[in-house]
Amino acid sequence: MTNPATSIPTTGIGARVLRKEDHRYITGAGRYTDDINRPGQSYAFFLRSPHAHANIRSIDTSAACIKGVLAIYTGADIAADKLGGLICGWMINSKDGTPMKAGAHPALAQGKVRYVGDHVAVIIADTLATARDAAEKIVVDYEVLPAVVDLATSTDTGAAVIHDVSENNVVYDWHLGDKGAVEAAFKRAAHITKIDLANNRLVPNAMEPRAAIGDYDRGEGAFTLYTTSQNPHVARLILSAFIGIAPENKLRVVAPDVGGGFGSKIFVYAEETICVWAAKKVGRPVKWVADRTEEFLCVAHGRDHLTHAEMAMNSDGKILAMRVKTRANLGAYLSTFSSAVPTYLYAPLLSGQYDIPAIYAEVEAVYTNTSPVDAYRGAGRPEATFVVERIVEVAARQLGQDPAKFRMKNFINKWPHQTPVIMMYDAGDYIGSMKRAQELADVKGFGKRKRESAKAGKLRGLGYSAYIEACGIAPSAAVGSLGAGVGLWESAEVRVNPVGTVEVLTGSHSHGQGHETTFAQLVSGRLGIPIEQVSIVHGDTDKVQMGMGTYGSRSGAVGMSAIVKALDKVEAKARKVAALCMEAAEGDIDFKDGKFTVKGTDKSMAFGEVALQAYVAHKFTGEQLEPGLKEGAFYDPTNFTFPAGVHICEVEIDPETGVTRVDRWAAVDDFGTIINPMIVEGQVHGGVAQGIGQALLEGTVYDENGQLLTASFMDYTMPRAADVPSFSLGFNTTPAPSNPLGIKGCGEAGAIAAPAAVINAITDALGHEEIAMPATPNAVWVAVQKMMTKMAAE
Amino acid sequence: MATVSMTVNGEAVSAVVDARTLLVHYLRDNLRLTGTHVGCDTSQCGACVVHVDGKAVKACTMLALTAAGCEVTTIEGLEQGGKLHPMQEAFREHHGLQCGYCTPGMIMAAIDIVNRKGTHLDEQTIREELEGNICRCTGYHNIVRAVEAGSAAMGGSVPTKMAAE
Repeated sequence: MTNPATSIPTTGIGARVLRKEDHRYITGAGRYTDDINRPGQSYAFFLRSPHAHANIRSIDTSAACIKGVLAIYTGADIAADKLGGLICGWMINSKDGTPMKAGAHPALAQGKVRYVGDHVAVIIADTLATARDAAEKIVVDYEVLPAVVDLATSTDTGAAVIHDVSENNVVYDWHLGDKGAVEAAFKRAAHITKIDLANNRLVPNAMEPRAAIGDYDRGEGAFTLYTTSQNPHVARLILSAFIGIAPENKLRVVAPDVGGGFGSKIFVYAEETICVWAAKKVGRPVKWVADRTEEFLCVAHGRDHLTHAEMAMNSDGKILAMRVKTRANLGAYLSTFSSAVPTYLYAPLLSGQYDIPAIYAEVEAVYTNTSPVDAYRGAGRPEATFVVERIVEVAARQLGQDPAKFRMKNFINKWPHQTPVIMMYDAGDYIGSMKRAQELADVKGFGKRKRESAKAGKLRGLGYSAYIEACGIAPSAAVGSLGAGVGLWESAEVRVNPVGTVEVLTGSHSHGQGHETTFAQLVSGRLGIPIEQVSIVHGDTDKVQMGMGTYGSRSGAVGMSAIVKALDKVEAKARKVAALCMEAAEGDIDFKDGKFTVKGTDKSMAFGEVALQAYVAHKFTGEQLEPGLKEGAFYDPTNFTFPAGVHICEVEIDPETGVTRVDRWAAVDDFGTIINPMIVEGQVHGGVAQGIGQALLEGTVYDENGQLLTASFMDYTMPRAADVPSFSLGFNTTPAPSNPLGIKGCGEAGAIAAPAAVINAITDALGHEEIAMPATPNAVWVAVQKMMTKMAAE
Repeated sequence: MATVSMTVNGEAVSAVVDARTLLVHYLRDNLRLTGTHVGCDTSQCGACVVHVDGKAVKACTMLALTAAGCEVTTIEGLEQGGKLHPMQEAFREHHGLQCGYCTPGMIMAAIDIVNRKGTHLDEQTIREELEGNICRCTGYHNIVRAVEAGSAAMGGSVPTKMAAE
């Protein structure tokens, strides 16, 4: 339905519908994992390694068996039970064809610890306090080994060996693209721009720390795991098929309300594995909730790349080729999808929005004695965008060209466009987004604002970031050929009840994205029923048969496409019911606004009436039609989707203190079809804030011994309300041709675009490129001094 | 162990707890008021904000014993007679929440800001006053809009957006 005055829809696709899920959250009635308690529940506490790298000579638990302790388990116990190790589900081959070197990753350390926080033992007790007290009484004899912490020197001769499978700590040495074509292009280049970049390590820090409750039903021989997961079915698959907890039909995984994920809750960790395994052993439910410092130590971190990039251009400034060499830190163990992040989620995006004839990327992934690194909001794509948008900016400046015009000159302007690094971009309007973003940002007024800042003794800079990402993850056969261990389709089931209400079961999980609203908007619009009559069911493997979960901005493009397929089937069946009930030919049935009508007659049936007739089954025989109205579908994408846009950041720097204030932010994004603009804007706001956090505030610091110095919110600077501006957003929509709704995805865009925009703005203000992330006041102050020196010399 | 009594959301409550029990665990574990969350353990994130004798307090930093005899209000106590508090309504109306985890603390802190600073709050004041509450989802943009609208509604005026409709 549409408001006639504004022509903005008030229901269905495109409407700013307020969220159905909000009432429970604003009244304190949300149900997160830590809010759940099982009868007879016990509490797990993990004894963690205080050393980054050490052999375990012995573990003495005798003094820890105090009153209230039910059990203490170590690596020896899981080995005795033949519990499988945690897995990495994406096989990457090195240049020479050899498979990646995956070291064993037991849920409890066996003979060796590899990072501070590594799991040494678990204590299960009547109360958490008792478990903690007992942990202090366990004596572990460690032989401390030299720690490998610095990424740049992690593979040097003489560096300690972290896993025996890799004598130089290299996991793989991978490449993509045509090296020969790139070298030839560089030979004929009129100008070459070179940069060195570090993409700083981040801690995802969803506000809800990870948690798990393992439960075992002795009568059924069945396990239940309540856990903070973005993909409960993937968790069940891994826990069942690889770790060997129980067959899938005897393992239920429930991911109830989840307080943010940002990638960090995709993975299967040691803690939930141990909780569900131990529940059977101790005969009672086992609960574990991370405190914030445990979260800092043991959640999978994000980013952490060192990159050298070079770009070749002709005399007009047309890009000819790019070569990129990256070293990626994967931490102490390979987390669930870690191997894919700096390879297939990174290098295929190095073409950005640009027509670059030749690209060659080399990625060396290494082990270090730090927390495992895996996907964090954007996962590989922010790293690629940072490389592309920094080198393009620097190239434009070196050539003395306007950075926006330089970008537009090199933008792809015809679709489909095959890049030299796998991707086939199928739709976009990059120049249109740039022009609209410039208007929204009032780029024309920047000079005046800069002069006003200068009068006040401040430096002002403006930075662009024209990002692209690949979402709608992913065509299963395509990712299978690249090493993925799973298919990346999505499933949906639409259950129409006899009274015409609808339940939609989806494999997409919602942990802040608002699926309970957007998915219901789709169904309500399609079936012509009020949104209140639609419930979205997710997050329980006993209810939803199978699903691949939420990450990579895939829930709209893939999850909703599965719902569309199921709705197609529901409508087709309902038409048959309506035709039989109204004694008409099926071809004469029309369906619009929730009503089935017979062409050329005044006969009609509301959707609810047809649903009732489908279940009553009085108006047709079993030979004519099967009763009921419930349909399922699996949707496997045919291509990735390519959200893209332009973000423009304006900063004001106080040269006396080095404090950078983000003064203005404008963005025009192309997310394809938008289901609910209010929710999409919220996704951009949050993503940009995380990107500003990466650029200005968030730095993960280990000392030379591998101790994490930033392990609480007192040491790791999270963006707070006064650190970010209000945002001006616009949309420039070109629908994705590859899926039925034309959705591209929006969840990660802000985090992908923002860091380069901020750093380009800061370097614009400073007049030189020497600033690393996070650009803290101290770092910026030092850079200001360099600027002064440079100016004095000139 | 100690018997700790207080008034929570208008009801007299009492429980026997370990003396080291924090107020947030007293509320969550003993009273099953799980709307108050623990997000950081170091008084930084504000997911645990409740009102004690009318003032915002981080319940992860106060012993239950310290709150003995006090009037405590949690997120569950804001709704009156089936009617949401104007600040709750404003968070919903302005999409001031996504995953919902920080939301109870945000709403309790926002009401406290209005109690201290009045009902005409500008953006800068709101941003600075929210210093003790971290949200990882929203980028704060819509939280600021929600607090603006909620504060106006607490003062009896109709938030701009509602008036426009």
